[in-house]
Amino acid sequence: MTDALTDAIVLDMHRCMVRIRIFEETAGKLMEDGRIPGALHLYVGQEAVAAGVMVHLSNEDWITSTHRGHGHLIAKGGEFDRMFAELYGKATGYCKGKGGSMHICNMELGMLGANGIVGGGPPIAVGAAFSNRFRKTDRVACTFFGDGASNEGAFHEAANMAALFKLPVIFVCENNGYGEFTAQANHQAIVDVADRAAGYGMPGVVVDGMDAVAVYEAAGEAIERARRGNGPTLLECKTYRFYDHVGVRGMGLSYRSDEEVEYWRRRDPIPLLERHLAEQGILSAEAAKAIHDEITRDVQAGVEYAESSPMPDPDALLEDVYA
Amino acid sequence: MAEASPQPRNLPYVAAITDGVREVLKEQDNAFVIGEDVAGAGSVYGYYKGLLDEFGPERIYDTPISEEGIMGIGVGAAATGCRPIVDIMFMDFIGECMDEIANQLAKMRYMFGGHARLPVTVLTMAGAGASLAAQHSQSLEAWLCHLPGLKVVMPATPYDAKGLIIAAARDDNPVFVVLNKVSLAMTGEVPEGAYEIPLGQANVVRPGNNYTIVATGRMLHEALKAAQTLSELGIDSEVIDPRTLQPFDTATVVESVMKTHRVMVVHEAVRTGGVGAEIAARIQEEAFDYLDAPVARVGAPFSPVPFSPALEALYVPNAERIVAEARKQLGL
Ligand SMILES: Cc1ncc(C[n+]2csc(CCOP(=O)(O)OP(=O)(O)O)c2C)c(N)n1
Ligand SMILES: [Mg+2]
Repeated sequence: MTDALTDAIVLDMHRCMVRIRIFEETAGKLMEDGRIPGALHLYVGQEAVAAGVMVHLSNEDWITSTHRGHGHLIAKGGEFDRMFAELYGKATGYCKGKGGSMHICNMELGMLGANGIVGGGPPIAVGAAFSNRFRKTDRVACTFFGDGASNEGAFHEAANMAALFKLPVIFVCENNGYGEFTAQANHQAIVDVADRAAGYGMPGVVVDGMDAVAVYEAAGEAIERARRGNGPTLLECKTYRFYDHVGVRGMGLSYRSDEEVEYWRRRDPIPLLERHLAEQGILSAEAAKAIHDEITRDVQAGVEYAESSPMPDPDALLEDVYA
Repeated sequence: MAEASPQPRNLPYVAAITDGVREVLKEQDNAFVIGEDVAGAGSVYGYYKGLLDEFGPERIYDTPISEEGIMGIGVGAAATGCRPIVDIMFMDFIGECMDEIANQLAKMRYMFGGHARLPVTVLTMAGAGASLAAQHSQSLEAWLCHLPGLKVVMPATPYDAKGLIIAAARDDNPVFVVLNKVSLAMTGEVPEGAYEIPLGQANVVRPGNNYTIVATGRMLHEALKAAQTLSELGIDSEVIDPRTLQPFDTATVVESVMKTHRVMVVHEAVRTGGVGAEIAARIQEEAFDYLDAPVARVGAPFSPVPFSPALEALYVPNAERIVAEARKQLGL
């Protein structure tokens, strides 16, 4: 059975979500201001998924992520200073500035990288799960991917093999209703990506991805099942990205209505959890605010670290190509 | 086909692409555009904007994120009578559909003993310099040039983008049009109406008499800048844009080298195993006795494209590196 939901676990998830939120809001502004180069895909709105899954995992459990990967790394234990440094392309970043937002990773934390290739993650997670079993550990691999990614052949091959080999892998589909500017109804003929699980012989579960507790429970079951050797699960979390595909613009977009955005914003996973915490007497509104303030300061410190870090040395260009 | 009388006007590269595709859709009833976010959004770089309104949903299709499937639709539809324009958003994603490209599209006609035609035009975006890191910045044209059955063009200017797209779409073979994201905003003269830049013909962009620079795609502009600097050192460079990499116009390059006796090849792709190696080999095969110096090559270093702007600036070839390499080659 999944660990019973203690107050400590809910508080952990809450802190994790606030950490992701403030990191992302800040990173988005820095990108708009031209401080952070390139393109950022922000995770704002989807925090409950990363928090609800990752709270079950240790550093020995692997995850693969996506182009929208900052939240996954933060939930896996990523530090703000090294993360911002990577987003800035600084030598002190997690990838020495060579990867940036779309390739940010931390192997020590079991985070096998964000990925610029949609559908890039699932096959790698299946490989990590294979390795877990080959090396006789009881660790699992979780692969995060979008509704859009569920149309890549790579996902289907990975799902089939994971089920065939009964590998300890959890396919976490973050269905935010869009792949770039294309609504789900225009990219697949099904409503629940979880339906695809049946085609491969694994359970498919749908959960409210705005509800951290619901994600926690569903993920716990899937992870337990994987650890017991009963194979993979496809866990679909219905969620929403509050901002545009890239950057911080949320409203006034041509491909989705402001009413739709407002509907989902009313289901913002953080206030949702904070209301629950207050009602249960676990965390008062003031205490919650103190957490936000503390994390805001940590984020600021991370930005300062990145700003004051050096750019990579020219020699770094040709390093790390081979072992 | 009747050519409209060209009217000069300036357009950015991005609009020249649109214009080229528009002409193709106008003149070929069985042409259609297919790819990710091409119709409703007009592509992430906006070069199909307006075409959905103009031609309707029967001529331009959004797809799921399924590159292998998209390329497969191109192959199957072309073999059975359509003239698909397939969009692969970033050239890096040809990895996702390489089997359809290498084992189906390139070979089908040959394997079928000539009993199939594959008039597929693939538009795809290459190029580093936009801080998009290792999976969104590559120039992989050498992969394609290595596959008999494919043609490959790299437009350097707005004029060439439109004219090469039209030529590609009129050709009965699969043609890859490798675009450059850093060039999208550059403007240049683009005539109205349909015109074609013949495939397989290089363009002598700058005539010169004692040095030849062969530069592909966006590197043409860096080569032209370098030629300016070199002229102050008494080097009169002839700058050649091959325009088409496959089939390659060896004759124009060799003719130039016979006149200038010294040559450099420049491309944005990784130098090792790049098309520059093939070009250099052809030059020494056909003009060995005319060479006064080894053929020089400038390309990206042997590493993935780095994210950090500090490293990416060292990575992408530019005019300074071309000049430095030329000085080394010529002992200046
Ligand atoms: C192989 C590949 N094809 C296309 C893209 C371009 N692209 C980047 S993100 C994206 C949409 C992904 O949608 P989804 O999987 O639902 O993730 P979301 O962005 O909604 O988090 C696309 C098409 C890519 N990066 N890789
Ligand atoms: Mg999505």
